[in-house]
Amino acid sequence: MSELTLTVMRLGFLAVLWLFVIVAVQVIRSDLFGTRVTQRAAVRRPDQAAAQRRPQQQQQGQAKPAGRGRQRRGAPTKLVVTEGSLTGTTVALQGQTITLGRAHDSTIVLDDDYASGRHARIYPDQNGQWIVEDLGSTNGTYLDRGRLTTPVPIPPGAPIRIGKTVIELRK
Amino acid sequence: MSSNNNTTVSPGGLPSRRNTELLMLVFAVVIPVFAYANVGLAKDGTLPAGMLGYGLGLGLLAGVTHLAVRRWAPYADPLMLPLATLLNGLGLVLIWRLDQEPTITTDALGGPMAPNQLMWSTVGVALFIGVLLLLKDHRLLQRYTYISMVVALVLLALPIFVGKEINGARIWVQIPGVGSLQPGEFAKIVIAIFFAGYLMVKRDALALASRRFMGLYLPRGRDLGPILVIWAISLLILIFETDLGTSLLFFGIFVVMLYVATERTSWIVFGLLLSASGAVFVASTNAHVGERVDNWLNPLDRAANDGVTETAQAMFSFGSGGLFGSGLGQGYSRLISGIAPKSDYILATVGEELGLAGLMAIIMLYALLIERGMRTALAARDPFGKLLAIGLAGVFAIQVFVVAGGVTALIPLTGMTMPFLAQGGSSVIANWALIALLLRISDTARRPAPAPAPSLDSEMTQVVRP
Repeated sequence: MSELTLTVMRLGFLAVLWLFVIVAVQVIRSDLFGTRVTQRAAVRRPDQAAAQRRPQQQQQGQAKPAGRGRQRRGAPTKLVVTEGSLTGTTVALQGQTITLGRAHDSTIVLDDDYASGRHARIYPDQNGQWIVEDLGSTNGTYLDRGRLTTPVPIPPGAPIRIGKTVIELRK
Repeated sequence: MSSNNNTTVSPGGLPSRRNTELLMLVFAVVIPVFAYANVGLAKDGTLPAGMLGYGLGLGLLAGVTHLAVRRWAPYADPLMLPLATLLNGLGLVLIWRLDQEPTITTDALGGPMAPNQLMWSTVGVALFIGVLLLLKDHRLLQRYTYISMVVALVLLALPIFVGKEINGARIWVQIPGVGSLQPGEFAKIVIAIFFAGYLMVKRDALALASRRFMGLYLPRGRDLGPILVIWAISLLILIFETDLGTSLLFFGIFVVMLYVATERTSWIVFGLLLSASGAVFVASTNAHVGERVDNWLNPLDRAANDGVTETAQAMFSFGSGGLFGSGLGQGYSRLISGIAPKSDYILATVGEELGLAGLMAIIMLYALLIERGMRTALAARDPFGKLLAIGLAGVFAIQVFVVAGGVTALIPLTGMTMPFLAQGGSSVIANWALIALLLRISDTARRPAPAPAPSLDSEMTQVVRP
């Protein structure tokens, strides 16, 4: 057997061995997160489209460009679920409205008996400040300790509690 | 503002992932067959004659285990079985490869060992299936807490009375017609069951009734009892069986489980102090253990057989392997005397022929297997299952550490086998049983919770008409 073949086999075997290790780690990686993330790019509801059109009109009308899509300095970049069955889930904040509830078309579908179908939503206002609003839920949405009655800006790191689920906005 | 961030996140039931396991298993069978071909080409220039049969045999074993898991533990971890299969397969190839060396395969040394090892692996797989089939719920084991203790102590003490001494250690029991067996390999599983059951009941007393002193929680004197008893037993093993490995394994596993059960760092400190003082005491009084320590400290001294010590020979193997190794079948680990290269020093062959890269890959495989065990413990919902999974993963981890540490001269060498890799019937059988237990716990842990019974309150009120 030629020297070259043996060298190729020797290095090839090491490569295959490490490939197994890497594939095994990949299997674990997807196993670590108990949640399923499905892309829903194609479906867009009319009110969302309207919500996206609105700031453009506002920009035309106002002298000061509010720039809803633009990130402010120090603005939170992700939403993290810190308690509840979805613990560890993160959603990137990129200017879209995040709806929470048991309804299947919510951004974060809460599997929680204490959550309402359309429980709350989190959205950025014209200045890019993130606001949480309770959508008339049965058991209420809590920011820190207080129950929400009106849309309230979210201070960084403040826990928002919905039933057994707690979420936070983080940088 | 892109709309493709519009994602849905829902908890969803964990998929059973049996198909992932099947793919990984196929991969895990192909790698040893590749290794087999590699050895044959390097030694004779042809593909070895038995390659097809060997590949089919390993594939058959893997297939049967997979079907058993699919049938009896459908939600079990997808990675443990492929990892165990790969390690077992690589072990078979390495032993077969060392069988090709005439100088260490003489009749006096027991002849070729790969066929026997394949037979023991088959027995191990049978036991694996038996455990999955008969043990429907790991919590049944909790009933046998104190019986397990007695069984473990009997198994441990057996070699002292009916055992025979081989290579200075007294850990084998001769069974006529079958061969010699190491009861300690089975005792490690049984004792993990005992510790899990015992600590589940006692952990609150051990964790809470303590005083704080210099940042450490000092347990009450009477709570120190169990750890001292286990320490004394492990020292007795060390003295009467002169087996440092088993002794270290039993004490180590107790300290690990005690720490996990109580979350008190002080147990680790006590455990380290006790084991260190015990080891120093025995090493300075017992000749056999003393010799092992001496070999470890001065590997280049002349050994009794007028050569260098085995420790030094193993280091030479690692050194000549370098980063990428000499290639399978092209090393000189036969120069390590006796049958040691097939059993205790099989890692030296890995280090020489696959190099540092291969050795690290093998160690990664062990690490992944242990990680899956720990993950199972995290996911388990009952405290007994948590402690048992930690115990079994800990047994595996300590055994890998003790053997790999011994071969690479990090600690004195002890007579334990590398799980799945090294030659040894009892070891491979016991480890298949251990994997089966872990899979059973992980199946229970990952099984989706049953749907709640529909409550009458939520039913629509019906109008009852006469």
